[in-house]
Amino acid sequence: MSTGPKQSHDNGLHPELLPPDDPDAIYHNGHRLDHAEGVSRPMRSKPEPQPRGARVHGNRPIDQAEAAGRFIAAPEHEKMHDERLWDLRQKRDREMHGIEEWEELRSLASAIKEHTLTHLDQYLEQFEANARANGIHVHWARDAAEHNRIVHGILRDHGAKSLIKSKSMLTEECGFRPYMASVGIEVVETDLGERIQQLDNEDPSHVVVPAVHKLRTDVAQVFARTIGADPNNSDVHYLAEAQREANRPLILAADAGMTGANFVVAETGTFVVCTNEGNADLSANVPKLHIASIGIEKIIPRLEHLAVFVRLLSRSALGSPMTQYTSHFRGPRQGGEMHVVLTDNGRSARLGLAEFWTSLKCIRCGACMNTCPVYRRSGGLSYGATYSGPIGLIIDPTFNAHKYSNLPFASSLNGSCTNVCPVKINIHEQIYAWRRELVKRHEVPFVKKAAMKAAGELLSRPAAYRAAIAAADFALAHLPRFVAYNGLNAWGRHRENPHPPKQTFHSWHHANRGGKQ
Amino acid sequence: MSSRDEILESIRASLPRLDRPLPDVPLFDANPPASLLQTFKENLERMGGMFLDPPASGDLLAPVRTKIAGAHVVCSTVPEIAGNRDIAEITAPQGLADVDFAIVRASCGVAETGSVLLTESDLRINAIAYLAQHLIVLLDPADIVVNIHHAYRRPEFRSGHYAAFHTGPSATADIEGVLIHGAQGVRSLSVLPVGRA
Repeated sequence: MSTGPKQSHDNGLHPELLPPDDPDAIYHNGHRLDHAEGVSRPMRSKPEPQPRGARVHGNRPIDQAEAAGRFIAAPEHEKMHDERLWDLRQKRDREMHGIEEWEELRSLASAIKEHTLTHLDQYLEQFEANARANGIHVHWARDAAEHNRIVHGILRDHGAKSLIKSKSMLTEECGFRPYMASVGIEVVETDLGERIQQLDNEDPSHVVVPAVHKLRTDVAQVFARTIGADPNNSDVHYLAEAQREANRPLILAADAGMTGANFVVAETGTFVVCTNEGNADLSANVPKLHIASIGIEKIIPRLEHLAVFVRLLSRSALGSPMTQYTSHFRGPRQGGEMHVVLTDNGRSARLGLAEFWTSLKCIRCGACMNTCPVYRRSGGLSYGATYSGPIGLIIDPTFNAHKYSNLPFASSLNGSCTNVCPVKINIHEQIYAWRRELVKRHEVPFVKKAAMKAAGELLSRPAAYRAAIAAADFALAHLPRFVAYNGLNAWGRHRENPHPPKQTFHSWHHANRGGKQ
Repeated sequence: MSSRDEILESIRASLPRLDRPLPDVPLFDANPPASLLQTFKENLERMGGMFLDPPASGDLLAPVRTKIAGAHVVCSTVPEIAGNRDIAEITAPQGLADVDFAIVRASCGVAETGSVLLTESDLRINAIAYLAQHLIVLLDPADIVVNIHHAYRRPEFRSGHYAAFHTGPSATADIEGVLIHGAQGVRSLSVLPVGRA
C-alpha cells in the first residue's frame, strides 16, 4: 500500500518541523493514513519505566493527585500520552468541521437519549419482546454479582471452560474477569489494547484506547513476559503481529464468545457492536455461543436514531469517520445460541438523581478524556476507578461516594469536556454539582471544606472579598516560604504560587475608570 | 419479585418527570456528491481499504484474478469467481481458519464512509469475513447509498440476524498510535465495483 512517504500537512504544524519520513506509518497515494485510532503525525518516545496507577487501599478515598504526580514524574510517558490524546482531539475537530450538520447531530443525539431515558421502562420491554421473538435469550441482572452469576450459569450449562471476549466497560464495572478466574473459566480479551492490559494485570486506562498510557517498550516487556515475544524488539508492527499470532489459536479453540454493546435498538431487537479490530465479530461468530453484556441505558428507539449515533461515535472518539466494523446482531446464527444480559448495576438509581441523570446519555466515546488537561497529564489509572477522566468524575461517585470523593476535584472546570461531548452532557456543571453534593454528605476533607466555606462567605460579601484579595496579594508578596507553602496549600505542593499583581483589578478600575461609575 | 420486574420497578420509581419528545431524524441528503462511486472510493481509501479500478481491457474481474494468483486457499461465495474451498462443505467456522482470500458480494455500500454492508446471506458463514487473511468484496455501483441515514433504511436491518458495515480492513493503533492493518481480522479489504451477475 505504501507509495512513498509524503506528509499531509493538515495538522497545523509547519512541514519543516516534521521529520521527512515516519517508518511506522502507512501511506496511500502519498497521504499518511490516520484512520481508526492512528496518529496523524510521528510520535517518538524514549524508553522509561512505566508509572503505575493509583494505590487502592480498600474503601479509602483514592488519592488521584498522588498517582498523577508519579505519572508527571515520568516525562516520556506524560509527553506521549498528552500528545497522543490531543492528536485524537484534533482529528475529532477535523471530522466535525467536515460535516455541516454536526451541531444538529449533537442536538438530535441528546434529545433522542433524553427521550429514551424518560421512557426507559417502555423501550426495554419493547426490545425484550422483539429480541425474544428473534430467538435471543434475554436475562436481567440487578447488579454486578448477578451479572457474573448469570453469565457463569450460561457457560456452565454449555460445559464451556474458555471464553473469548471483546472490550466492554460494563464487564470492567462488574469485576468480570476476576470472578471468572475464581470459577475456573479462562477469559481471553481479543482487543489488542485490552489484551495488553489483561496480560499486565492492569485495568484499561481509557474507554476506547485501553493501553494508551503505555509506551511501546512497556508493551514489549509485557509480551516478552507473557507470550514469549522478543524483549528487545519494540517495533510496533512486530508486537501487534506477535499478539495476533498468539491470540488466533485461542479464538479458534474457545467454547464461548462475549461482547458488549454500543447501542440497542428497541424496534428491531438489535444490538450493535463497534470495533476497529473486528475482534467482536470473531468473538461472536466463531464459537457457537454468544453472550452480550449490555447496560440498560444503551437503548434507543429506532434504526433512524441509530444513524445519528453511528455518525457521531467514532468521529468524536478517534476522529475517524466510522469504526472499521459496525456490527448488528438481531438473532443467533444458524446452529448458534445468543444471550443478552441487560444489567442495571446502579443505573436505575442514577436515573432518579435530578442533577446527574443525564450522565446516562454517555456513549463511552472518550472525547471528554482526550480533551481534558488533567486527564491527559495524569493518565487514566490515576483515578483508581472503572471510569476515568471527566465522565468518570461524575459516574464513579454514584458507585461509591466515599472511595471516589476526591475525583470531582480533579478538574479545572474549564468546560472543554462539555463542548466536545457528542450527546451534550453538561459534564463540567455536574462535576461542580458533585463537589457540592460531597460536601453535603461530609465526604470532603476538613481542609478543603474549610477553605471552600471561607471562600463562599467571602464571595457573598463584596467588600470583604476586596479586602481579602488585597491582603492575599500582600501576603503572597511578603510571607516567608515556609508559611506560604505548607501542608494546607495543595496548590503549592507541585507548583509555585502565582506572582502577586501590583494592584488588584478593583483598585485599578477605581483609579482609572472610577469617575465613570 | 424477579430481577426483571425489580429493575423495571426501580426505573419507574426514578423516571424523570420531564417532557422529552422523540425527534424525527432528517436524511441529511440535500447536497449529494456528484458521483457516489467516486466519493465511496475516496472514503474507502482513507479508511485503509483498496478500490480495484476496472482495467482498460474491460475484463472487470482481472484485478481479482491477479490478487488471488498464487494464494493457497481461496473461498468464494460469489458466482463470478471460483475458489478452491467450497463453503457449502464447511460445517464449522474453524474450517475456514486457513483461508487466504475470501471473496463475497456486499448488500450495499455507503458513499459517506466508504463502508460495505455484509450480511449472513452474503457471507454464508459469518466468520469467513474475519478469519480469512484478505477479503475481496464485489459491490454493484447501483447499490451505493449516499450516507448512513439512507443505509439504515435498507431491508437487511429488519430481516436478517447479522449485518456488519466493513469500513476498510481490521485495524488497530492501540500501541503508541501506530496504525496496523490486520489487528485480529483481515489484513486487507479490496472492493471491486461490478454489477450483479
